[in-house]
Amino acid sequence: MKKRHVEEAVARILMLLSFGLLAGSLGLILLTVVVKGAPALTLAMLTQVPQGGYYLGKGGGILNAIVGSLYLAGGGTAVALLLSLPIALYLGSYTRRRSRWALVVRLALDVLWGIPSIVYGAFGFTIMIALGMRASLLGGILVLALLELPIMVRAMDEVIRMVPAALGQAALALGATRLENALHIVTRQTLPGLATAVLLAFGRGIGDAASVLFTAGYTDRIPTSLLQPAASLPLAVFFQLGTPFPEVQQRGYAAALVLTVLVLAVSLGSRWLAARLGRYAVK
Amino acid sequence: MWARREAARQLAADPPQATPVLSRSRRARDRWAGRLFLGATVLPLALLVAMSIALLARTWPILQARPIWHLLTGQTWRPLQGEFGFRPFIIGTAWVTAVAMAVAIPPCLLSAVYLVEYARPITRAVVKPLLDLLAGIPSVVYGVWGVVVVVPWVKNALLPTIGAWLGFIPLFAPTNPSGFSVLAGGIVLAVMVAPFIIAVSYEVLDSVPNGLREASLAVGATRWQTVQHAVLPQSAPGIVAGIVLGASRALGETMAVLMVVGNVARTPTSIFDPAYPLTALIANNYGEMLSIPLYDSALLGAALMLLGIVVLFNSASTLVLHRVTGRWAA
Repeated sequence: MKKRHVEEAVARILMLLSFGLLAGSLGLILLTVVVKGAPALTLAMLTQVPQGGYYLGKGGGILNAIVGSLYLAGGGTAVALLLSLPIALYLGSYTRRRSRWALVVRLALDVLWGIPSIVYGAFGFTIMIALGMRASLLGGILVLALLELPIMVRAMDEVIRMVPAALGQAALALGATRLENALHIVTRQTLPGLATAVLLAFGRGIGDAASVLFTAGYTDRIPTSLLQPAASLPLAVFFQLGTPFPEVQQRGYAAALVLTVLVLAVSLGSRWLAARLGRYAVK
Repeated sequence: MWARREAARQLAADPPQATPVLSRSRRARDRWAGRLFLGATVLPLALLVAMSIALLARTWPILQARPIWHLLTGQTWRPLQGEFGFRPFIIGTAWVTAVAMAVAIPPCLLSAVYLVEYARPITRAVVKPLLDLLAGIPSVVYGVWGVVVVVPWVKNALLPTIGAWLGFIPLFAPTNPSGFSVLAGGIVLAVMVAPFIIAVSYEVLDSVPNGLREASLAVGATRWQTVQHAVLPQSAPGIVAGIVLGASRALGETMAVLMVVGNVARTPTSIFDPAYPLTALIANNYGEMLSIPLYDSALLGAALMLLGIVVLFNSASTLVLHRVTGRWAA
């Protein structure tokens, strides 16, 4: 065999190996979480808030964190959606192809996307201190909304760009305004993509710990008002793993399993939803 | 005759109005919505500016109290004594990020090349969602995996082997038996940023025109030679940009790293040493920072540093990627 064919074979083997390595890591992560978390996962874990002495191994569950996470990520996603949709629609149907401003906005969004969540947390914290706010559900929701904003807008922007130009031109030619085009044509055509963008941002929000660490705090109770602190699943995992008691660490693993299942469900759900909503689009 | 004249008279008195295609209210609504939407697009830029200003304002007191050079190169971190040396943390962040990139880059690039150049369409269709899945796993779950699998692996497998064979090189000296180390943090981070680097490299490689490949194959080059001599040189700037993006992800990661890296405020010299990255510093101390003078200022200074580095890295690499692929990185 010639040298170059040997090279080819070696390269192929290396590529398959690295590919297997990555797939294996994913499998290993999921396996770890399931194997470690499943034994500790009981019905009480899912349906009760921590009882007295929970962090020493006594009874109770992580309902506070589950509900807190859903509140935080749900609220954050709702606020982010409110802000994202106008931005994405503006970028998609109000600007010209080579608009300078659109370029600047997209660059800013890409930079924002890369900013570490701990920096969002620190920023939110300084603002809250300046306003005299305590760690609360509201603070957590607002910071998560900012964190999710770039993810959501960029994901929406990507799908809105895929809309054929002719579709918009047809609407405009029939006398629709740009607003009517945006609301009735573009959003309907891209509904699956928009739904995916929202769920993507929700998944990112529910899994993020560093930003809510400062801003939402942690509590054993389920918040009943926006101004109360709220627990979250990632922090429940983190705090429980940090204790020296094996029983409590076990529950940390269980919380990690709950979180993983939630995130995977959201991810798979978005695929299913995208397929379902696709029927409103003009093919 | 009379009827016709009457009709003409009526027409003259009350000429038919052409129904406007665009009624005034619809046009007004369009204009106002346009203004509102335009206003919303200011938000991302405003957020960036607000973040920088807020963090800078809170860092200001410590910049006034200590020369910046002392802060950046100071070795000791004793907030109670008013000593704020960031050097161990900055170096710690650099080490963990460097190890993560060293671990991540080869398999990621090989996988991306495989996906673009070798894989069948069906493989790609399966792998893409898998990558999204991997990217969507919360960082705290990666942390759990790190604590349960990676740290023991480093402790029981890598430390005895690498430490014994290559231990004479300071970089691999078996200095710390616990396994909570730069290496553990690097491995966890490598897996975390892998989907990201692969996705960007995939885009870049995919944007190389097919004619280039065909020309290379037509003169008898093997596929790998084509990759080496035609595809990779063409896509090098984009791939570098993707790696820089990945690195900026890695250095900003908090929870997963915090859980496995050991958090000892000393400058590491070996990959088995524990480290204390900037992100972990902020996350670990937020609770106590308000009670000690200048402490909060120092910690928010750490956040400002992270912000500065990431903004620099990201804007540079995003612009490069825009040039290379003709579109924006996803």
